[in-house]
Amino acid sequence: MNLSFRDKFSNFSFVLPALAIFSVFYLYPFFYTFVLSFQKYDLISNPQFVGFDNFREILFSGDPWWKNDWWSSMYNGAFITFWALTFQNILAFALALCVDKVIRLNKFYRVVFFILPVLSEIIIGLLMKQLLSGEPIGSDVLNRWLYSMGLGGLTGEWLGEETVRLVTALVHCWKGFGWAFIILLAGLQNIPEQLYEAARIDGANAWQTFYKVTVPLLLPVMALVFVLTILGTMQAFAMILALTGGAGGLTEVPVMRIYDHLRIRMAGLACAEGVVLGIILIFVSFTMLFISKKIREKYGVLPS
Amino acid sequence: MTAHKIFGAVAVCIGILCGGCAGTETADNGITLWHWMTDRDEAFQELADRYTEETGIPVKIKLFFPPGLYSQKVIAAARAGNLPEIFGILGEKKTLSSFIQAGHVENLTPRMNAQDAAWESRFYPETLAVVRFEEDNAYGVSRGIYGVPVDTTVLQFIYNTELMEEAGLDPDAPPKNYAQFIDAGQKARETLGIDGFICGWAEGWLLNALATEWAINIMGEEKFQATIAGEIAYTNPQWIEVFTLFEDLRESGILANNITTITNKEAEDAFARGNALFSFNGSWAVNVYRQLSPGMEYRFFALPQVSDDHPVKIWGGAGSAFMVNANSPLKAKASDFLEWLTEKEQQKYLVAETNNLPAVKMQRESLPVILRPLVDDLGALTHPNVWPYNEDSRVLEAMNRGLQQIVMGIKEPNEVAEKVQSIKDRVTEQ
Repeated sequence: MNLSFRDKFSNFSFVLPALAIFSVFYLYPFFYTFVLSFQKYDLISNPQFVGFDNFREILFSGDPWWKNDWWSSMYNGAFITFWALTFQNILAFALALCVDKVIRLNKFYRVVFFILPVLSEIIIGLLMKQLLSGEPIGSDVLNRWLYSMGLGGLTGEWLGEETVRLVTALVHCWKGFGWAFIILLAGLQNIPEQLYEAARIDGANAWQTFYKVTVPLLLPVMALVFVLTILGTMQAFAMILALTGGAGGLTEVPVMRIYDHLRIRMAGLACAEGVVLGIILIFVSFTMLFISKKIREKYGVLPS
Repeated sequence: MTAHKIFGAVAVCIGILCGGCAGTETADNGITLWHWMTDRDEAFQELADRYTEETGIPVKIKLFFPPGLYSQKVIAAARAGNLPEIFGILGEKKTLSSFIQAGHVENLTPRMNAQDAAWESRFYPETLAVVRFEEDNAYGVSRGIYGVPVDTTVLQFIYNTELMEEAGLDPDAPPKNYAQFIDAGQKARETLGIDGFICGWAEGWLLNALATEWAINIMGEEKFQATIAGEIAYTNPQWIEVFTLFEDLRESGILANNITTITNKEAEDAFARGNALFSFNGSWAVNVYRQLSPGMEYRFFALPQVSDDHPVKIWGGAGSAFMVNANSPLKAKASDFLEWLTEKEQQKYLVAETNNLPAVKMQRESLPVILRPLVDDLGALTHPNVWPYNEDSRVLEAMNRGLQQIVMGIKEPNEVAEKVQSIKDRVTEQ
C-alpha cells in the first residue's frame, strides 16, 4: 500500500512525542556523556578537550596502577557483588523454592520478602546505621539483641574497619534478595507440573527431581538474575553512602566516585568513570549471557 | 482522528516539554533571590517583606534544599541563562571564578567603593576577602568584589561545660595544647564513660580543616602555602607530624566509635545529647544546638596548640554570600536590596534570629554571649578562598581519605603522605 506523505507524517506523529522524550532524556544524555568523557569540564566554564587523559587518570594512574582509587572501588564493588551472587541469590532461591511449594501463608511471604526492595535505599542505609552502630550515634540494637539471646560472644563493632566491608555487602544482600526471589519464584511457577509428575512416575527422588528438572529449566531465569544482580550491585550507591559514607575508601564503590567527582565539578572525569563502568558492565553481562547459553546448550534446554 | 487533532496533541506535548524548561520566574517588577539556608529562610522572608513595605519593590525569596540540589539548580540555571537577580554560590573560590569568567556575576566594586567606600567598610575584611579578587590573582579574574557576604563562619573546638565539671575538669580552663586536650578527653572517658571527641569525619572537609589548622600551627602559613604551590612536599617531616597527630588521636582512645562514618549532622546530634565532651564544628552550630538542646551549656575554644613556633590560624571567614546576576535588567535594584540587607539593623535582626556571626562589623555587646569570643578571633582567620592558590581537588580528596584511613588505623602517616605527594606530583605534571 502506497501511503501519501501526509499519511506517513500523520502516522509518524503518533510516535513523535515518545521519540522526542526518548531523544531528549535518554539518547542526548547518553551521547553527551561520551563527549564529556574526553573533556575537562567544571559544569560552568566551556569544556576543554583533553583526549584520553581522563581515561588514563582513571585506569592507569597510581603506582601500582591496579591499586589506585578507581580499581579499589571496583574491588569493593566486586566484593559486594560476590556476596550478592552467592549469599543473596542462594537465599532468594531457597525462599522461592519454599514459597513455590504449597505452604501456609505463601502469599503473605511473597509480600513480606518484596517489601525490602521497594523501600528507599537511603532509608535502609540510615535505619541499618542506627541498628548496627553503638553510642554515640546509634542504638546498638543488634548487639543488644545478641546479648539478650545469650550470644554475647558474637557482638562486635559492626561498622568498624575490620567488618564494615562485609557488613555493607550483607546489608546490600538483605535489601536486594527480594528482587531475585520474585524473579526466581516466577520462573519456578512457569515449570509445568506435568514434568514433576513424570519424574515421580519414573521413580525420581526429591533431589533428582530438583537436579534434573528444576535446575535445568530454571537456568535461563538464573542467568537473568545473575546479570541483573551484577548490574544492580556494581551500581549500588545510595544505601552504602547512607550506611558508611565510604568508610575511608573501604566501602567506596564506583558510582560513589562518580558522584563525588560530579559534586566537586570534575564532570569530565566523572563521565569517563561512567563510561568505563558501563563498558565493564556490558562486557560482564555479555560474558554471563554467553556462559549461560553454553550451559543451556550443554543441558539441551531451549533458549527462553 | 483528523490531522488537526494530531498536530494539536503534538503541540501540547511540545508545550509541556518547553514549559518544564521555562525560564525562572521573576517577582513582578521585583527581585528574586535563591538560597539554600533552611535556618535563615524565615528571617530572609521577613526582611524581604520589610523591604517591600519600605520601597514598594517586591522581593521573592526561594529556598532550595539540600545544598547539593541547590548547587545543581544554580549551575543548570547559569547554563540556561535563567539565573535570578540574586543567588549564592556554594563551593570553592574556583567555582565563583568560573561563574565570573562566564559573565554571570556582577562586579560590585564601583558600588562598594562609592561614597568613600561606605558599603565596603561595613564588612569585616576577612569576610569580604572571600568574594574579593586581587590584582593578578591565580584565577585570572579581573580585580574586584563580586559578592555580598551576609554572615561569617568560624570553625572552632567546642566543649560541654557541665560535662567538664562532672569529669573533674575546670570549665573555665579549656585545653590550651594538644596534650591537655588528649588528657581531658581521656578523663571524660574514664570518669563519665562518654567519648572525648566527636566530629563529622565522614565528611572529609572537616578533617581537612583541622589538619590545615594544625599544619599552619606547626609549619607556619608561608610553608603551608609553599606546599600548595608545589615547593614543599607532603612527605616533609612537618607534614608527617601533622598526619601523626591523627594517629595519636586514634591511639589515645578519645575519638567516638567509627568516627569516620559519622556525618556532621549526627555529630551535632550526639554532642547535643551530651555523648561527647569535645567537638569541632562551625559557628552555625549555635543555632543547631539551640534547636536540639536549648539548655545545653557549652563554649568555644581555640585550636589546642601543638607548637609555639607559629600562631594559631582558624578556619573560617567564608560565611554565605550573595551574588548579583550580571545579566539581569534588575541588577541595580538587586544591589540596592543587598546594600539594605547588610545595614546594621537588618544584620542585627539576622543575628538575633539565626545566631550566626554577622558579616558586618558590630559592637561585641550586641552579639549573643556565646558568639562574642568568636568575634575576637576574626583577625586569625584563614580559608582556602583567601589563599593565593587552592589545592587541586584530587590532592584534597587523597588527603581527606588518607586522614580517614589513619583515624581508622588502616594506613600509617608516612604511607598517606607518600600517596598524597604522588597525586600532587601527577597533578603538577599535568
